[in-house]
Amino acid sequence: MSEFLQHIANTLILGGTYALLGIGLTLIFGIMRVVNFTHGELYTFGAYFVFLISSVLGLNFLLALPVAIIAGLVLGALIELLLLRPMRGADIDTTMLVMIGAMIVMQNSEQLVWGGVAKSVSTPFPETPLVIGPVSVSYLRVFVLVMALLLIAATYVLINRTKLGKAMRATFQDRDTAALMGVNVRAIYTATFAIGSSLAAAAGALLGPAYVISPHMGDIASLKAFAIVILGGLGNITGAAIGGFILALAEELGAGYVSSGYRDAMGFLIIIAVLLIKPTGLFARAERIG
Amino acid sequence: MRRFVPVIVVALLATVPLWLGDPYILNAFITTGIFTIAAMSLNLLLGYTGQLSLGHVAFFGIGAYVSALTALGFDVELFDGFHVVHEPWPVIYGFILAIVIAGLCGYLVGKLSFRVRGAYFVIVTISFAEVVRLVALNWVELTQGPLALTNIPPVTLGLPGIGYANLYGKTGNYYLVLGVGVIAYVVIKHLVQSRIGRAMIALKENESLALSVGINVTRYLVLAAIVSAAIAGAAGSLYAHYLRIIDPDIFLFLYTVTMVIMVITGGKGTLAGPVVGGALFGAIPVIVRSFAAPEVQWILYGAFMIAIIFVLPQGIVPAIERWFAPRPSKKQLVASQSSVSAE
Repeated sequence: MSEFLQHIANTLILGGTYALLGIGLTLIFGIMRVVNFTHGELYTFGAYFVFLISSVLGLNFLLALPVAIIAGLVLGALIELLLLRPMRGADIDTTMLVMIGAMIVMQNSEQLVWGGVAKSVSTPFPETPLVIGPVSVSYLRVFVLVMALLLIAATYVLINRTKLGKAMRATFQDRDTAALMGVNVRAIYTATFAIGSSLAAAAGALLGPAYVISPHMGDIASLKAFAIVILGGLGNITGAAIGGFILALAEELGAGYVSSGYRDAMGFLIIIAVLLIKPTGLFARAERIG
Repeated sequence: MRRFVPVIVVALLATVPLWLGDPYILNAFITTGIFTIAAMSLNLLLGYTGQLSLGHVAFFGIGAYVSALTALGFDVELFDGFHVVHEPWPVIYGFILAIVIAGLCGYLVGKLSFRVRGAYFVIVTISFAEVVRLVALNWVELTQGPLALTNIPPVTLGLPGIGYANLYGKTGNYYLVLGVGVIAYVVIKHLVQSRIGRAMIALKENESLALSVGINVTRYLVLAAIVSAAIAGAAGSLYAHYLRIIDPDIFLFLYTVTMVIMVITGGKGTLAGPVVGGALFGAIPVIVRSFAAPEVQWILYGAFMIAIIFVLPQGIVPAIERWFAPRPSKKQLVASQSSVSAE
């Protein structure tokens, strides 16, 4: 039983970051109809930003997260302006190929700059774990969960309570009508991609210090984000949040009770199962965002 | 004239080992040839049926592992005390089994994944390749996991009574790859120029229209997946017996991307496209290796892929064909217009 409680605690911590990753991807897919292969690279980018700020420059660890988020916003906006804006109107497969090209460029640039050896970040949190009954968690991971939940809440407010969010929801429902009503759809696309990218960078900045940082960590992150988004239904933010926790649970239980080597296989088995049984995702009432 | 181009190209390629002294370049020719065969098989799905399958490396890797394990033999305990033991078989059986089993996997994956389209299809195919990679990595008893399968025997050719020859050398492997490549080209050519191929192209152009005129869409898609996977399996088998060592990295997404870049650059949906793209992307590492690190090569690959999609979205071969196509004279244009209006 205590082992099971430990798995649940791990699930919550992992799930928060997975939810962030999934929400970013589902926003981009839902509004722009772009399968974003660079999502995992932005995750890696966020993680290396923490390494740069706290280990290379020696600045405060707590400063790294906001800086990584801003850097993610800027990089996301650049990708959208340089690569996606000229491709507007191309079919989904063509844009996917462009994003794969961008992914390869980004991943290998990271490897060129930082080298192939995995890096770890030292954090100001105490080494001794926090013990509550049978469960023990490190303080860093508690920080990761709290920050992830705060960012999820902020995204929720942004989508549901602000004018920008309203314009994003309108664009999602009907691009042409939204444009007719005076929504600057081109600007909404740029904003959407930038916000989605910054969420991926935030996820990397949070989870990177909890594990090690390597140039190829984005590959598996991209695929996990796809799994989460498919679980929740494309464009469904609440679905992506729940999907993140479901994937984390499946991985924890799979690694704990089946075999740790197949931890990463859980996401793919979920994808295959969901698409064969209920291709619209578990939480798709009608296609909507918010 | 145009129909002789493939014959001339093959004849020229057949002379390569006769005058090429540098073993590094010959090695580049062989691996490029193997990946070109894989790209040709991917083109059947990507170019002719219009389905972006990004898990193609799974069939390549399955072919490599099946072929290597058939030739090496294995002893696996499935559950308590129940052993599956396989004695080593001659390599040629491994080659045939690689084709059959990869084709079978193509059938299963096709049956399952063609229930969805577009982004969903892409993600299912990637997931399949990742699951296979994780199995190869974790089923250590069968695959040696990250330690890799080593000492894979080279291909043996020959007939009873005449004698056998081991294809250890690069020259032998070169002709083997060229031969398999020609066979794959001919098979694909006959397939796409038959009724089946026309059905595939029809459903790429407009799936609901194809369905409405009575084309069994799923059947043709699955057929394309089987042939495509089988050829990729053959290429994987060649790869395993040429390198003589394989590890789970053979399933990396980057290899699928390499095949996709070859097809897109050369021109998807054309017979010559993957060959031209393959030659181009086989040549790039040879040219840039003297001054660029592997990461820089990959950055160039990615940038090149983006540039091609922006500048030549149809690929190189269709662009060349348009350039050389006889421009219709004014008279012909008028004639064709009047014939249209007459209808």
